[in-house]
Amino acid sequence: MPRKDGGRKANARPERDSGEGARSHAIWSGTITFGLVSLPVDLFSAHRAATISLRMVDEDGTPLRRQYYCPREDRALTKDEIVRGYEIGDDEYVVVTDEELEAIAPEKSREIDLRRFVAVDEIDPMYFERAYFLAPATESTKAYRLLAEAMEREGRAGIATFVMRGKEYLVALLSEGGILRAETLRFQEELRTPEDVGLPKLGEAPARRVTELTKAIESRKSKDFDRDDLSDPSVARIHALVKKKLGSRKDVVKAAKLPDEPESTAEVIDLMKILKERLQGRDDSKTSRRKGDDGDGLENESKQALYERAQALDIAGRSQMSKRELIEAIREAQ
Amino acid sequence: MAARAIWKAVVRIGDERIPVRLFTAINDARVHFRLLHEKDKSPVRQQLVNPETEEAVEYAAAQRGFVTDRGDLVILTREDLEALEPPESREVEVLRFLPTGSIDHRWYDRPYYLGPDGAAGDFAALAEALKRSGREGVARWVMRRKDYVGTLRLHGDHPVLITLRRAEEMVEASQLEPPGGRALDTKEIGLARQLVQMLAEDFDPSSYRDEYRERVLKLVKTKASGGKVTLMKPRRKAASEDLGKALRASLEREKKRA
Repeated sequence: MPRKDGGRKANARPERDSGEGARSHAIWSGTITFGLVSLPVDLFSAHRAATISLRMVDEDGTPLRRQYYCPREDRALTKDEIVRGYEIGDDEYVVVTDEELEAIAPEKSREIDLRRFVAVDEIDPMYFERAYFLAPATESTKAYRLLAEAMEREGRAGIATFVMRGKEYLVALLSEGGILRAETLRFQEELRTPEDVGLPKLGEAPARRVTELTKAIESRKSKDFDRDDLSDPSVARIHALVKKKLGSRKDVVKAAKLPDEPESTAEVIDLMKILKERLQGRDDSKTSRRKGDDGDGLENESKQALYERAQALDIAGRSQMSKRELIEAIREAQ
Repeated sequence: MAARAIWKAVVRIGDERIPVRLFTAINDARVHFRLLHEKDKSPVRQQLVNPETEEAVEYAAAQRGFVTDRGDLVILTREDLEALEPPESREVEVLRFLPTGSIDHRWYDRPYYLGPDGAAGDFAALAEALKRSGREGVARWVMRRKDYVGTLRLHGDHPVLITLRRAEEMVEASQLEPPGGRALDTKEIGLARQLVQMLAEDFDPSSYRDEYRERVLKLVKTKASGGKVTLMKPRRKAASEDLGKALRASLEREKKRA
């Protein structure tokens, strides 16, 4: 079954794998607005990239790094050399920058504006696409907790549309156990109807077959959902093989550490650990004590604020920069 | 024109077999970008590199490694992994039937419509039996050498098969600690709930459209014809300082609108 985003086509922008990006692993940063209340948040995936974490290695077990490469020049490329393009003809592309993609929907790129609240069970489950956890991006968690509490007690989800990584998403903001989740929903135009697919109308159901199938269903009924049904059988198979190989010491080497871990190998990210830290709010006091603080306060600024400073100083390549890179570039330019 | 089936299968419930065809229920209308080398605008490729020697390694020559807690790396060759692949089969085996709605939507991944493969009567009987039972089935199957798990249920009157995520993929909220802090002010909770109530509506999926896609296409068109694009900078709103005040003002505003 083809998985979304599984192909070569790059939906995502080039990975930002240093500074702020690597520290937080946030997929999107922006503000939730709820009436006149604004609440800065970071989004984190609620799904891991794979059921078991395997690395690409060479014959000797050396972990390999993934990098972008230009087939014409036959060389590796750095992030600064990569842009995003939209194909308009055979091998013909129009380059679009992150700034342009944000500028065509400036509010939606930074804001999830909850103007409607719907009953959670009213949404057809076919609409749900994937889930993200929301973590407060401020030291204070009060507004976050207040929204979570109000939605949970009302049994309602906030609905909005917003733009993330060059795409617009319909999103339902749900609250459960004091934690806010953003679940992207498919737009109606993204879901085919049986008529779109050209499915024939259901024919006459032979009574005898209905009885037989009803009996078959009855004989397999179960009261509770068992999470174990959903575990990936290939994980157990791989673990068994690993155990066997460890026993015979065949194909076992000491694991070498990869120098600069690229963010794209999502399997190495411990999502749980990151979430546990970030859900308790951003500890601003820690940030300011981090090394490299020049006392100019830049360390305490949000990435967006730094970006705006960089814009004012006309620093080239700012849209591709990590927070750390922005700070350094601003210090150099001032 | 009718869509093409992506796969043919047989739904098996105990000894009962119903031949079906699978159709994707999703319309991919998203804009896709390619990563390009800025200099010559040619598409970039992903390449595996040995970080010690900086030499490129062909994808076909690479193997997988499993790192144990003790820091051992176990090499799994291509042959190893191929040997672990499940055998091909056309069977969608329904393990058990649960009351419809037992499987939370968070597990849902991709929906597929089912259609009859020949025996239309059998297929109609499956739809009818599912309807009468008020249940959904947990099913598993192997497609193109990969294991799947899904739910067999009705969408309206139509049988659908929705693939489910794997337990190992899920980061469970129940294992996370919600944000803590000083107890919330009950008055403020009341105001927030009131605001949710004022903004309550029925869910109407037809009222949302992907407008951004059209804007991206327009941007591309403008740029392709050498037109100029004005950049408006996005702003990130600051956090509200006084929540109670912001909530009261929000309620006032909504009352005026109503």
